[in-house]
Amino acid sequence: MSNKIAVKIDDLTVAYNYKPVLWDIDLEIPEGVLMAIVGPNGAGKSTLIKSVLGILKPIAGSVSIYGKSYDKQRSLVAYVPQKGSVDWDFPTTALDVVTMGTYGSLGWIKRPRQKQKKAALEALEKVGMLPFKSRQISQLSGGQQQRIFLARALVQDASIYFMDEPFQGVDATTEIAIINILKELRKSGKTVIVVHHDLQTVPEYFDWVTFLNVKKIATGPVKDIFNDDNLTKTYGINYKVSIQE
Amino acid sequence: MSNAQIEIQLIASLVAIACAIPGTFLVLRKMAMISDAISHSILPGIVVGFFITQDLNSPLLILLAALTGVITVVLVEYIQKTGLVKEDTAIGLVFPVLFSIGVLMIAKKANDVHLDIDAVLVGELALAPFDRLLISGVDVGPKSLWVIGSILIITIVLLLAFFKELKLSTFDKGLAASLGFSPVIIHYGLMTVSSITTVGAFDAVGAILVVALMIAPAATAYLLTTDLKKMLIFSIVFGIFSAISGYWLAHGLDASIAGSISTVLGLLFLLVYLFAPNKGVIAVLYREKQQRIEVSLLTFLLHLKNHDEENERHVNHLNEHINWQKVRSKTVLELALKNNMIVINHKIVSLTSKGDEFTTKAIDYIITNEDAQIEDMKDDFFLFRG
Repeated sequence: MSNKIAVKIDDLTVAYNYKPVLWDIDLEIPEGVLMAIVGPNGAGKSTLIKSVLGILKPIAGSVSIYGKSYDKQRSLVAYVPQKGSVDWDFPTTALDVVTMGTYGSLGWIKRPRQKQKKAALEALEKVGMLPFKSRQISQLSGGQQQRIFLARALVQDASIYFMDEPFQGVDATTEIAIINILKELRKSGKTVIVVHHDLQTVPEYFDWVTFLNVKKIATGPVKDIFNDDNLTKTYGINYKVSIQE
Repeated sequence: MSNAQIEIQLIASLVAIACAIPGTFLVLRKMAMISDAISHSILPGIVVGFFITQDLNSPLLILLAALTGVITVVLVEYIQKTGLVKEDTAIGLVFPVLFSIGVLMIAKKANDVHLDIDAVLVGELALAPFDRLLISGVDVGPKSLWVIGSILIITIVLLLAFFKELKLSTFDKGLAASLGFSPVIIHYGLMTVSSITTVGAFDAVGAILVVALMIAPAATAYLLTTDLKKMLIFSIVFGIFSAISGYWLAHGLDASIAGSISTVLGLLFLLVYLFAPNKGVIAVLYREKQQRIEVSLLTFLLHLKNHDEENERHVNHLNEHINWQKVRSKTVLELALKNNMIVINHKIVSLTSKGDEFTTKAIDYIITNEDAQIEDMKDDFFLFRG
């Protein structure tokens, strides 16, 4: 971890139909952390990511990526949406979906060529999905689909990765494979931000954590702030998690 | 074939291609009903355009009418966003209102011109060759051929230029937005092209057939392929095929061309729906039966592996032991024999080494929760499928 701030969120407020989902969020994410965003359902975790990526328009506040607006820094950011957000019956193959990750660097109209295809194949290899490259995506298991999504983000070769529940509906083997890749990304200096549900695995997987429930409850190193006090504040019930053996 | 006949088939085919392209994306975006809404609600646009231009084939009329199509989409989305009604209800609310405004306008103002409700609904393809385009006095062909031809060229150019963007935003709107390909622009671009195509095709084939040509070929192609490019090509081929064979059906029956083309489209879909190799009803039923028998086979092999006792492996008692009916036991036994998984010695069934290997691997996969791998393994072990 360096002293640089990768993502800075100021006074961010987002509302659906006039009901605030995120309220006055101030958040600084240092470069090189592997950070979990935790909070109950409806806490605005996905909304936070989507607002940073310009998919949702906030009603107030601003976001900067390495000091500049997201529009100028798109190429530094990769995004893994929730698996359920797309139609897996779409007529396309695993390789083609991963190639979509290169579209950002291509810009409008230009088509992917050999170079992009090669990058996509390498990303498939990294997530262990090369043998499935020609598979129609509906013929893949849930874990394999998640790996495809991860490969699509890897191919963007970004500095900051946002992932929305990458462990949802995957088996234990895939979960370990994914977390290993995320740890590798952090090792190479990337910043990884993950919406996460399983509180038990937070201390094992992540070094940084943000507690969110419409408002920001706390953010910082897991070893300092991942405690019953913050969990109780976030989840509203008396939460007990034994974090250190 | 007379010139007029060739021209009619050519117009119908070009309309079919121009509809199949946006139609494919509408089907994949689950927006098939939007094409229905557009095709009806452009009527007031056409009427107003006609008042201004006095020419049904004028580009200005087409643009005005297409604008009504886009307004329809905006209205539907606006009503839907209030959260008070669902999307299908919003569609059902918007287009009849716009369509009936068009109907009233025709009744009040355009009674004496070539714009009647019948033609609006089913078009009049047979009359298309009579309306010629004259360039400095020279006849260059039917006007509608030029209109739909120009629209088709624009559609193809846009498709080739923005294929990547269309695919991405159709599959994953969120990623498209985060990569900077505004899904809103692409959405309205597609809606504009759909509207323009609908207006251009509408005069020739009418409101109902436009919907059939947009949705049916794409829905049929969807059942046959898992590749977007092939889906587009299949949609186009099905569209052309229906256009031409529909024309000859109408010729034979002395009936409406538009109606015949729609009928062929429906029949084509029905055929593919029943007989498509992977997604067709019959293929699905067959696969389910096959899987049922193969699961039984695996159960049977596991039973043999688990039991050394001869009374558990006696041909005559097998069905009692696994509690199966005779017919099923017989099918499974025969399948196991054909695949060299078992041998029968003095009516005692034993696993062969191949059967043993298959069963061991299958158990491994079941224990490690990788059941899907068994399916792949079957290709290596089975000489005959269930």
